Amino acid sequence: MDKAKRPETKMVPVPSTNLVPERDVDKLPVLEARNLGIEFGGLTALAGFNMAIGRTEIAGLIGPNGAGKTTVFNLLTKVYQPTHGTILLDGRDTNNMTTVQINKAGIARTFQNIRLFSNLSVEDNVKLGLHNNINYGMWNGILRLPAYWKGERRAHEQAMELLSIFDMQDLAGNRAGSLPYGAQRRLEIVRALATKPLLLLLDEPAAGMNPSETAELMENIVKIRDTLQIAIILIEHDMNLVMGICEGICVLNFGKIIAKGTPREIRNNPQVIEAYLGKKKEG
Amino acid sequence: MKIMRKASRSKVITYGLVAIAFIIVQLLISSGNISSSLQGQLVPICAYVVMAVSLNLTVGVLGELSLGHAGFMSVGAFTGVVACISLESIIPFTILRLTVSIIIGAFSAGVAGTLIGIPVLRLEGDYLAIVTLAFGEIIKNITNCLYVGVDKAGLHVNFLTDATSLNLSEGGRVIIDGPMGISGITKLSTFAMGFALIMVTLFIVLNLIDSRSGRAIMALRDNRIAAESVGIHVTKYKLMAFATSAALAGAAGALYAMNYSTIIASKFGFNTSILILVFVVLGGLGNIRGSIIAATVLTILPEMLRQFNNYRMVIYAIVLVLIMLATNDDNLKGFLSNLRNRLLPSNLRKGKKGAENG
Amino acid sequence: MTFLSFLISGLSLGSVYAIIALGYTMVYGIAKMLNFAHGDVIMVGAYVCFFATTRWDLPPTVGVLLAMVVCTALGVLIERLAYKPLRSAPSLAVIITAIGVSYFLQNAAQLLWTSNPKVFTSVVGNSSIKLFDGGLTISVIAIITIIACIIIMAALTWFTGKTKMGKAMRACSEDKGAAQLMGIDVNFTISVTFAIGSALAAIAGVLLCSAYPTLMPTTGAMPGIKAFTAAVFGGIGSIPGAMIGGLLLGIIEIFGKGYISTQLSDAIVFAVLIITLLVKPAGLLGKQTTEKV
Repeated sequence: MDKAKRPETKMVPVPSTNLVPERDVDKLPVLEARNLGIEFGGLTALAGFNMAIGRTEIAGLIGPNGAGKTTVFNLLTKVYQPTHGTILLDGRDTNNMTTVQINKAGIARTFQNIRLFSNLSVEDNVKLGLHNNINYGMWNGILRLPAYWKGERRAHEQAMELLSIFDMQDLAGNRAGSLPYGAQRRLEIVRALATKPLLLLLDEPAAGMNPSETAELMENIVKIRDTLQIAIILIEHDMNLVMGICEGICVLNFGKIIAKGTPREIRNNPQVIEAYLGKKKEG
Repeated sequence: MKIMRKASRSKVITYGLVAIAFIIVQLLISSGNISSSLQGQLVPICAYVVMAVSLNLTVGVLGELSLGHAGFMSVGAFTGVVACISLESIIPFTILRLTVSIIIGAFSAGVAGTLIGIPVLRLEGDYLAIVTLAFGEIIKNITNCLYVGVDKAGLHVNFLTDATSLNLSEGGRVIIDGPMGISGITKLSTFAMGFALIMVTLFIVLNLIDSRSGRAIMALRDNRIAAESVGIHVTKYKLMAFATSAALAGAAGALYAMNYSTIIASKFGFNTSILILVFVVLGGLGNIRGSIIAATVLTILPEMLRQFNNYRMVIYAIVLVLIMLATNDDNLKGFLSNLRNRLLPSNLRKGKKGAENG
Repeated sequence: MTFLSFLISGLSLGSVYAIIALGYTMVYGIAKMLNFAHGDVIMVGAYVCFFATTRWDLPPTVGVLLAMVVCTALGVLIERLAYKPLRSAPSLAVIITAIGVSYFLQNAAQLLWTSNPKVFTSVVGNSSIKLFDGGLTISVIAIITIIACIIIMAALTWFTGKTKMGKAMRACSEDKGAAQLMGIDVNFTISVTFAIGSALAAIAGVLLCSAYPTLMPTTGAMPGIKAFTAAVFGGIGSIPGAMIGGLLLGIIEIFGKGYISTQLSDAIVFAVLIITLLVKPAGLLGKQTTEKV
């Protein structure tokens, strides 16, 4: 994917001084984090994190290893409860919500170290993503009542449709754990999408992929955003991918935001260059 | 729909296997070709099969180790027999009374499972295992201190006293007599009833596994964190699996108890829980058909070894260890699979693969 | 006075549990396995001591030492034959193997020594000390048990903290792979752990049967489970935890028997365990580990 082809989105400020794409400015940001922070036993892992995500924005979260990127995802999905700050999801305060409630409210995620239901089939993995959208109870299932047949048929159809995003329908019957690495990453994205999120968090989606797979993934991420009209935040070390498809980028170092802006601004930011490459020696 | 077909074919095989076994044994009985000691084992085998299948739901499908499954069997056994004796005048038709008693046994064990599950299922791994062990022992202890009698006024329950302080009126009957348990049970359980209970258990467990709830339960086993991230309520599904498993154990307990004239609480202790666990592990975690076969074979095996008399339990123990070593030691496993590859034609091996979860 | 005498018998029983639990916890810490056969090693130890002292008329000290030697050899043998091949196997397979070993020991003992209970003669006789003009009687074995427990505890703390072998043990329980890379012989270290645990089991067996003199092939089973409970209670893997867990369990059991009900004492012990774990899910001194996301 040639990044020059994609026009850079103009970023405009929203009331809380965060930036969102111009097209999303009239709408409520899908997510807004205000002064978010967490400490683990006195050690500050993240502090003063502010971010707003437009409804159809693709945002990037970058930074050196250990900067606190995955911690942001863990806070947004309430794997950890933040010690400071607020998270507004679709304008709603998510204080005291659990991971399960967060997912129902509209955030889905993938994991840096792939977490599939590896003993189950590919199709079942996607169906588990559909868990809260296909609702029939335990007894309907045991007694094979009409609700079971209807629910399973719908689940099967939707699962196949979702798998078609990445052309994975043929793999439906395979054991998820037996898939090659790249396919496992894609399946994780499909499973997350099955929960019908407003915001998708991708934790290093291109890790371990070869350049052609990465290029295809970039296309697909944009396609997902365009067809489903959802927002996406991705953590990624592949700068081609980040600079190519992200509209707003946020750079973290040592648990603090050191820069925010469009890909071009970030590329030229001296602080970012320093964080990645180290300080230039005097003389 | 390829998976659906595979799953249902595997189910049909499992049901068919049980049905054929039932028919063969019935034929053997009617032709008098079965030893009396084995005939006496038929109902216990059915009860153990149900126990193994139900424990597999907790250990294999949910992925949590339970060391107190016999406790639920005990709850089902005692409430089932109490119900059966109390209902003697109300439901004179024995098969119906037995069925109702088994249902009551299952229900109370299910309630016990839920009550225990709510606080303890947030523990994990070995800690959950020891707590289930503890609950199994507590149930045994409490049953040992329980005195229940029935008379015209209804059920009388006393704790920690003795049978005489139940103050039963004329014509009343002591049902549970503390550590003496229940004696004078009318043997209502039959092999046919055991077969029916196995089929019902299989129907419940296999359909549950192959449904939305079952998928959620297996998702917890495979990756709890991912399951939460897609909106699966951990406690709800853990509890569902645990309580269903307990209820089925209760049904097995009621069936088992009404095959004997006397039952005592210490029959359902740690050793029984372990015995069932051995069936599950040897049959294969999550493999329902394996549980059925393991429970049957390992109940008959000590009988078959009777000619070795005193040595039979030693042999049983050695066989158990050897099987575990053979199936898990990498060197031995490699050797065995080589051997299999050489001995079995490849198409036969392929057919075995679909057997999971069936 | 009854309170004091309950307390002392509680401490004494608790000391036995603690000694067994130390073996459990050390093995768990290093091999991450629930060694269900540990209780039966106790029984073997008691039988060896019984035959040494009553049949062959050896002095009690020799009897105890002989029991320790036999149990140490037995423990190492069990580990080598049954557990070592399963080091990378799923934990359930290891548990079932341990159960198999436990069945084997119990049934082999029944074959060798029949299931008729033997009356164990205390290694220190049945003497006791009377205090407060006979108001309080303390048996000598109770005192010896408590002292033995304290000495063992101190020795183990020194051993794991100060010696090279002890440090190797701690390293192996943290990370076997890393320990191996640092030049530690992991297999040997695990064998030593089993050896120590089994020697302790022998001592526990002798002390247990000196206080409760009925010896049967199943004698070790219940104390084994109780000690396992004690180890979890204190936080499995933790040496001071096993000690505290064992002592508390013994005291709770004796007080439960004395003040509430003999029949319910086990239920009380287990109920306390459950409540403790609900409040502190990793036991009293255990470290809570959370999975990294």
